[in-house]
Amino acid sequence: MKKLVYMDNSATTPVKQEVLDEMLPYFNIKYGNPSSIYSLGSHSRTAVETSREKIGSTINAKGKEIFFTAGGTEADNWAIKGVAYANKEKGNHIITSKIEHHGILHTCEYLEKQGFEITYLDVDEYGVIDLNQLKESITEKTILISIMFANNEIGTIQPIKEIGKIAKENGVYFHTDAVQAIGHIKIDVDELNIDMLSMAAHKFYGPKGIGALYIRQGVKIDSLITGGAQERNRRAGTENVPGIVGMGKAIELAYENLDEKNEKLIYLREKLIKGIFDNIDYVRLNGHPTNRLPGNVNICFEFIEGESLLLSLDMEGIAGSSGSACTSGTLDPSHVLLSIGLPHEIAHGSLRLSLGDFNTEDEVNYVVEKLIGIVARLRAMSPLYEKVKEVR
Amino acid sequence: MYSEKVMDHFQNPRNVGEIKNADGIGEVGNPRCGDIMKMYLKIENETIVDVKFKTFGCGSAIASSSMATEMIKGKTIEEAMNITNKSVAGALDGLPPIKMHCSVLAEQAIKSALLDYSKKNNVPIEGLEDFDPTEDPHDHH
Repeated sequence: MKKLVYMDNSATTPVKQEVLDEMLPYFNIKYGNPSSIYSLGSHSRTAVETSREKIGSTINAKGKEIFFTAGGTEADNWAIKGVAYANKEKGNHIITSKIEHHGILHTCEYLEKQGFEITYLDVDEYGVIDLNQLKESITEKTILISIMFANNEIGTIQPIKEIGKIAKENGVYFHTDAVQAIGHIKIDVDELNIDMLSMAAHKFYGPKGIGALYIRQGVKIDSLITGGAQERNRRAGTENVPGIVGMGKAIELAYENLDEKNEKLIYLREKLIKGIFDNIDYVRLNGHPTNRLPGNVNICFEFIEGESLLLSLDMEGIAGSSGSACTSGTLDPSHVLLSIGLPHEIAHGSLRLSLGDFNTEDEVNYVVEKLIGIVARLRAMSPLYEKVKEVR
Repeated sequence: MYSEKVMDHFQNPRNVGEIKNADGIGEVGNPRCGDIMKMYLKIENETIVDVKFKTFGCGSAIASSSMATEMIKGKTIEEAMNITNKSVAGALDGLPPIKMHCSVLAEQAIKSALLDYSKKNNVPIEGLEDFDPTEDPHDHH
């Protein structure tokens, strides 16, 4: 098999060796249930609480404000449903955006069926929400604003501080889905006025199946999963101890030399974008040109379809992703790309390459070189490209 | 996800290109949905002597087009009319359910090109009386 060039770090990341090493004893040596009173159990309890403290201090929160979940999607579900149900006497209105992850969007759609009212804010061509529209959307019935920190497809970072300020001024809770941001951007929940924040360990070199919801002390929120006293009576179920340990180690590593790592990522990102733009015509960069995740590249190649592009890249050992309909399992291309105003036919030709700590400059060069050939081959086959050539 | 045959036809598509002065040209699909197939036929004595295609679409759309051109090359019009989406998908060792519309598109591309030939040459083709090349194949699955 060819060497794998993995550029889908927004989908998931490999577990770092140091993380795995810390986790392993908790599978078969220190396997006690944290709720058990004997010492095997209390070792696990200590490990869980140590990880909780680490995660809390990373975002300037208290350890007891961190609640472990099975991942980012559960954290999103919990924040939205939990706040909605616990505050329905106060109001039934929630504000979110059109480009949220489906963990938020589908949960909001579910709540609409339960009688809640949801405002889906528009975004501009870069995928940024309009703060005035946010302010104007708030009513006395608004109980929650949920806006993602950074978008998973196009990488655009939202004006989180301004959103937090607006939420606070209006006495509305502010939740942010920070699954793509945590571990990659410094986050201070006090400075940003964040009340709830979703995270998932596998996006920052931790294991899959473990995440957390930060819940600011005092926020009124119902439980999503009942059946035990774990997580201070808020999230039942025996703790995923190895996962929790891995998440704690992963977040610690993620914030070590963060500026240095991001500098390298941004360098590679810009090199990849430039390499594509210098060598291939009819391309457009999606997302904000500068205010984006350090490793995110999202580009539309006109006249070709994203899945063909991914299959061709895979044959060269390159892993990426696309917002085309054929890869989303529906007939419409990505809701994010449509929301930033792309026509369907262009959105179908999107490619996301998300860089991570293990990518190298050689890999970037290799991907550009392969893309030139692949795009040329697919365009030569495309009846849409033929029409453009005729016009020229 | 895809059979080896699909991947082979995607990687090495047969009969890609155009035919100058084609006797029949059919274009089906919609860029909104992410797939367009264009098929060119050269027809002599009721026989398809040459066929080329161009496709904008996913892997299975390209593979379906390629397979469809192989299946009709050298065949009579009547034989080509017997090609169905199921026979194209079958020849590719199957397509995932969500991709079946790609094989429908291939069937429609053939029929659409034949319809063009039929109109240009005023030759009626049995089975094309009710054919609507603008019908949306996405409704089929």
